[in-house]
Amino acid sequence: MPRTPQMIEKGLTLVDAINEALYQEMERDDRVMCLGEDVGLNGGVFRVTEGLQNRFGPDRVVDTPLSESGIMGSSIGLALAGMRPIPEIQFEGFMGPAYDQLVNHAARFRNRTRGSHTVPLTVRVPWGGGIHAPEFHSDSPEVMYIHNPGMKVVCPSTPSDAKGLLLAAIRDPDPVIFFEPKRVYRSFREQVDEGDYTIPIGKAKTVSEGTDVTVITWGSMVFECLAAMDQLPDDLSVELIDLRTLNPLDTDAICASAEKTGRVVIVQEAPKTCGLASELTTIIVERCFLNLQAPVQRVCGFDTIMPYAKLELQYLPDAKKIAEAIGAVAAY
Amino acid sequence: MDQGANVRRMPYTAWNAFVEIFMAIRTAYTANIEHISILDENGVLDEKLAKTASGEPLLTPEQVLFLYERMVECRQLDEVAFKLQRSGRLFTYPQNKGQEACALGSGFAMRKGQDWLVPCYRENAALFLHGMPMGHVLLFWAGDERGSIIPEGVKITPIAIPIGTQMLHAAGIAWAQKVRKNDSVVITYFGDGATSEGDFHEAMNFATVFNVPAIFFCQNNQWAISVPREQQMNSETVAQKGLAYGAQCVQVDGNDIFAVYKATLEARERARQGGGVTLIEAITYRLGDHTTADDARRYRSADEVESWKNKDPMIRTRKYLEARGLWDEAKQKSAEERAEAMIKKIADDALNFAPPTTDEMFNYLYAEIPEELRRQRDTLRTNSLSMNPEQARLSESRR
Repeated sequence: MPRTPQMIEKGLTLVDAINEALYQEMERDDRVMCLGEDVGLNGGVFRVTEGLQNRFGPDRVVDTPLSESGIMGSSIGLALAGMRPIPEIQFEGFMGPAYDQLVNHAARFRNRTRGSHTVPLTVRVPWGGGIHAPEFHSDSPEVMYIHNPGMKVVCPSTPSDAKGLLLAAIRDPDPVIFFEPKRVYRSFREQVDEGDYTIPIGKAKTVSEGTDVTVITWGSMVFECLAAMDQLPDDLSVELIDLRTLNPLDTDAICASAEKTGRVVIVQEAPKTCGLASELTTIIVERCFLNLQAPVQRVCGFDTIMPYAKLELQYLPDAKKIAEAIGAVAAY
Repeated sequence: MDQGANVRRMPYTAWNAFVEIFMAIRTAYTANIEHISILDENGVLDEKLAKTASGEPLLTPEQVLFLYERMVECRQLDEVAFKLQRSGRLFTYPQNKGQEACALGSGFAMRKGQDWLVPCYRENAALFLHGMPMGHVLLFWAGDERGSIIPEGVKITPIAIPIGTQMLHAAGIAWAQKVRKNDSVVITYFGDGATSEGDFHEAMNFATVFNVPAIFFCQNNQWAISVPREQQMNSETVAQKGLAYGAQCVQVDGNDIFAVYKATLEARERARQGGGVTLIEAITYRLGDHTTADDARRYRSADEVESWKNKDPMIRTRKYLEARGLWDEAKQKSAEERAEAMIKKIADDALNFAPPTTDEMFNYLYAEIPEELRRQRDTLRTNSLSMNPEQARLSESRR
């Protein structure tokens, strides 16, 4: 939707920025469609698609039946036939029924037809915990989609990154999963470029430069890491990297920082075993072994089912746990 | 006969009322399914039904001749492919034997280059009609992704191995035709077993809710590998499953090329005019094994197979042509020989195609190869140990 006076004065939330990207891209490209459960008249359960149906009509902003495999499978068909569908899965916990269509079909069409059929779609998914939602509304299943080849996986943490990455995702010729950290949806505002810009998929961002310890994370954990850095002694210099794209990884940026500091902490809210942090650790050990001054440390969720609201903050990494890990790695 | 006569009279209860209503609904559902049969097992044509809505002949004898020759080719392909598999040159192959009228009758009703075919894996003849090279199909079953390269202008999606998933793609492709206001209809193929998959129901629901130009064509060949239709579903017909979605539903004799063609043609025209979705259930039989890796004798009787052999679509189509002086044994023999020679040549070319390079594994994952994949690709090119570059560097420096 066009910006409100509040947005002009105080900036955009993550929700506003994603909405603006969708709005602008639908204006620019009539192949773009938004579809999913409640995305039309209701504007989505998080109001991310607010106002889009009003502007672009019910044929381009479509309330679909309640059917995740249906949403994903028909989006694949739309994309095969030249459209640029943006399906929304209402919560990451509901991706299960769409998993087959995503992993076995969206991700494979280009390869299995040697490029004669492609599936340029962008799946938007509210992702992660921390908002006291019911069960199946707070998971972080990104590694399921990183491990399977053929899809790109993006997880922005700020409104500006979200807008630029979403525009890049929609224009990307391959399927992109766009995880939206719901804990950040309305947590802050920032000024966002009103124009048309993209942020390249596959490029990490150095949030703050430092020399002593590298901290690598993504999504809402960026803000827990910033809070952790506030708790650390002033003379400890931390370099914080926000991956932004989870597949393909910006291994050059990761390794450059690891080689510089020799000390690395990786923070993820997903369960620990076989998470993306495990892969990042391996990459760093393989490529930067001789530069390491300390064992790479992971601060992760536990290998448990994501607990319901009452225990979710005990499950999620927080500033205190992260600060302890950074301190331990720095002192090793 | 009054069936009530032999039943002991019981007091009329709420239960009786329930049963009566239930039976009425059941009858209504069954009765709503139209069954089309035009060319019988003896090759006798129902002249009244073999006409289009405007009174033209549904198929001219020349068209039937053309389609019959395609049947011969398809049957010969089965023979050649079977032998190639047994001699180790194809890895797996699903024979189409017995189901050729389904693929040909429906494929012939769709407009080449205009309408979309979203196949399963037992519609060879339809694919060929619509421009898919036969060599590609053989290449695919020989374990080569290049067999699924779809030539420019051919509106077909690749052969779909997982059951039922392609129906949703068809719904989406048809949806795009509607959004773009294209005059194109989409037909998707699947078997009786696939109607147990959730994707069948989600696809029927999406297609009908959005009223897209799609035809769902079920080749009910009675067996999903070893599970018979009766064990696959409790519904009397596959076609009636479409009633729940508000689709047009029709059952045809799937070994009758006239019936299949008529149902598909009507469905196509209805779809073009915005009349929505049709579910066609074609009753047919898989005369061969599920694939070359299967042995159907383990689960079905020789008597059953024998009884279906009499209903073979080739036999009745041939009888139709013979009755009109368009076919005889000599023509059959020469057509078989021609087809065999043609297929052997195509198979030879396909199976002697230069093997893929290892680069092929990596080059088509994304439009642009990511850095890590490029590394892996290059390592496989240069290092027989397929170590990653970092390890390769490490072992070199130790030497």
